[in-house]
Amino acid sequence: MGEQITGAQSLVKSLELVGVEVMFGIPGGAILPAYDPIFDSKIRHILVRHEQGAGHAATGYAQVTGKVGVCIATSGPGATNLVTPLADAQMDSVPIVAITGQVPGPAIGTDAFQEADIRGVTMPITKHNYLITNPDDIPRAIAEAFYIAGSGRPGPVLVDIAKDALQRMTEFKYPQSVSLLGYKPQTEPDSQSIRDAAALIAQSKKPVFYVGGGVIKANASAELIKLAELVGAPVVTTLMARGAFPDSHAQNLGMPGMHGTVAAVTSLQKADLLITLGARFDDRVTGKLSSFAVNAKVIHADIDPAEIGKNRYADVAIIGDLKESIRALIPAVDAELKKSKPDLETWWRQMNSLRSTYPLGYNEPDDGSVSPQYVIERIGAITGPDAIYVAGVGQHQMWASQFIKYEKPRTWLNSGGLGTMGYAVPAAMGAKVGAPKTPVWAIDGDGCFQMTNQELVTCSLNNIPIKVAIINNESLGMVRQWQSLFYQGRYSNTDLHSKRVPDFAKLAEAMGCVGLRCESKGDVDRIIKEANAINDAPVVVDFNVHRDAMVWPMVAAGTSNDEILIAREMAPDWDSQEL
Amino acid sequence: MAQHTLSVLVENSPGVLARVAGLFARRGYNIDSLAVGPTENPTVSRMTIVLNLEGHALDQVSAQLFKLVNVIGIQEMKSGESYQRELLFVKVKKSNGNEAKIAEIASRFNGRVIDDGSSTVTIEAVGMPKDLEALLSQLKEFGLRELVQSGVIAIESGDVTLAERTLTETGVASSESHSQTEDYQN
Ligand SMILES: Cc1ncc(C[n+]2csc(CCOP(=O)(O)OP(=O)(O)O)c2C)c(N)n1
Repeated sequence: MGEQITGAQSLVKSLELVGVEVMFGIPGGAILPAYDPIFDSKIRHILVRHEQGAGHAATGYAQVTGKVGVCIATSGPGATNLVTPLADAQMDSVPIVAITGQVPGPAIGTDAFQEADIRGVTMPITKHNYLITNPDDIPRAIAEAFYIAGSGRPGPVLVDIAKDALQRMTEFKYPQSVSLLGYKPQTEPDSQSIRDAAALIAQSKKPVFYVGGGVIKANASAELIKLAELVGAPVVTTLMARGAFPDSHAQNLGMPGMHGTVAAVTSLQKADLLITLGARFDDRVTGKLSSFAVNAKVIHADIDPAEIGKNRYADVAIIGDLKESIRALIPAVDAELKKSKPDLETWWRQMNSLRSTYPLGYNEPDDGSVSPQYVIERIGAITGPDAIYVAGVGQHQMWASQFIKYEKPRTWLNSGGLGTMGYAVPAAMGAKVGAPKTPVWAIDGDGCFQMTNQELVTCSLNNIPIKVAIINNESLGMVRQWQSLFYQGRYSNTDLHSKRVPDFAKLAEAMGCVGLRCESKGDVDRIIKEANAINDAPVVVDFNVHRDAMVWPMVAAGTSNDEILIAREMAPDWDSQEL
Repeated sequence: MAQHTLSVLVENSPGVLARVAGLFARRGYNIDSLAVGPTENPTVSRMTIVLNLEGHALDQVSAQLFKLVNVIGIQEMKSGESYQRELLFVKVKKSNGNEAKIAEIASRFNGRVIDDGSSTVTIEAVGMPKDLEALLSQLKEFGLRELVQSGVIAIESGDVTLAERTLTETGVASSESHSQTEDYQN
């Protein structure tokens, strides 16, 4: 018999072997045995203040590094606090592994103290999950969990381990390799689909690259730039793909969707071919599906076969890793284009006209208050495209997507699919841990900030100097905007009074951060620079901004992209456009 | 809408039925019947699922099912290329000597009486779902006291086995590709 160790030791050894550098968590009864070997491990454990923070931190770390993020919690309430970040990671295809303690095997199913069936709870919101009751199974479960989380279409995996499995002795045997009968993601695209796609591209007179977050996950930005330049077509980058293709690139029309640019939204609507790369025809992009891009054929490249045809029929489906798929497309498209190259000049004239007539913009408030868009724009301009920007959910998120210019992948993090308020502060913490030398700005709402700001304590105590811009419009702004537009300005329960309470600067100071406040436009640049100069503590800036600013353009929920408005009751002047 | 029968090989691991059932519930697919049982391989179970769906929706169901890590392979069982059977037990009300008539109807559908009680006759029958439906509609006039059905199970005709199709090294289906629903295999 080999050396006998506890299940807990086996867990920590397995985590070390799989390459974990850092994990975010909080101990408790059922996971306590694991915390003893964690005490001696070279893995950095960051003690958070709420398990939700641990989950989003793991996500932020994963989104910035491309590695699997790890969070750890105890049974019952510890585990259920992970539900939101797990659902968030599932929606945005982020590779994280959650380790939870469970009540001892014999107590499972008895409604024991702090028992929650977290495997059952998280089945629909994880890529896969495990309940381990035998210590011998721990190394294999960990190896599989990391493999599943990080391969194919990435996603969250939960490993729930009974307390007695952590305590009992086991012979440590780490699997040589992982092979799962039912999980073998197809990474290499089928050559016929590549040829079919190339043929369609070479026939198209109005092609558009519809680029989604999958391009970032596949680290395929360089390949995308090559292919896009070869074809010469317009490129739109979804909310999850900001940075996948440089904003400064002449072919980039910006973001499509509910708050996309007129040019990006219209390009999809009028296209005769969508070259869809790692995107999923989400309702926030398509608007009313039946009126979305009605004249377009669709090439859909994705690693997840279940995305093909889910919302929109695909004329050509390319299943595989996007990096490999785009690499294969480049020579195939090149060969086709050498035979005949369609003239995209008319198409570009139309798109350029839209782009110059309807650029993103905003009005300065007439009451002398600071416009939120201006603050966000200045943060991006002053800090530059090498920094990482992490948004909460709401108006500030849309403005951060619109008014910060992204040049590189993995510099823009947000909760796109689930739309999780409270994501920004902990995700920024995880991002900073993953990229300690890079400035990390959380662009947060005054509402969102109040959901998870306690992780600033974690940041202070663990030397994680993130910067937080609270875009304080003293309300749940995005909801207020909908109330303005669709509920006759009846502002039911959206006023947060957050210019009175809390005092964000003092709150920040109380948590060990530098707290700053900015109330006038003239101070914006100076205060941003002041915050950028502080690198030994987290900084929170309370930017008091105009409360009635709205996010434009807008395609109202459930309506067609053709109904896009550039301001209240103001459609683009379609008659003056040749489309 | 048309009925489709899917055969699904799954790893015999805890929670796999919950995963499949949960998937159907949350994506809004209705199951007409579902039968699960062991196979020739102790580590693998087989589910037979009958669904009422259009072609496109069937592709989605198959693709989503195949995404489950514990699902090894899926194949549609097409009529003409497969055998499909269901088992039923039914207790029929007895009155003024109708037993012989009940037994006679059952036998016409390859069924038989397995229990003759004081107030009911219990019939067992195995058949294609539409034959069992016909049997039931004829028995209905006597009064059905209790009905149990197993759900359909199915097997492909010929020598080919689903396990061979799905557990091969290459993971590529050996037969010609089917028109609508892709067959998902590893
Ligand atoms: C956890 C959670 N609860 C509720 C919502 C609904 N919601 C979406 S945006 C929003 C307002 C966000 O307010 P704030 O953080 O102040 O940002 P703003 O829109 O003002 O920029 C709310 C309540 C949500 N997305 N997430």
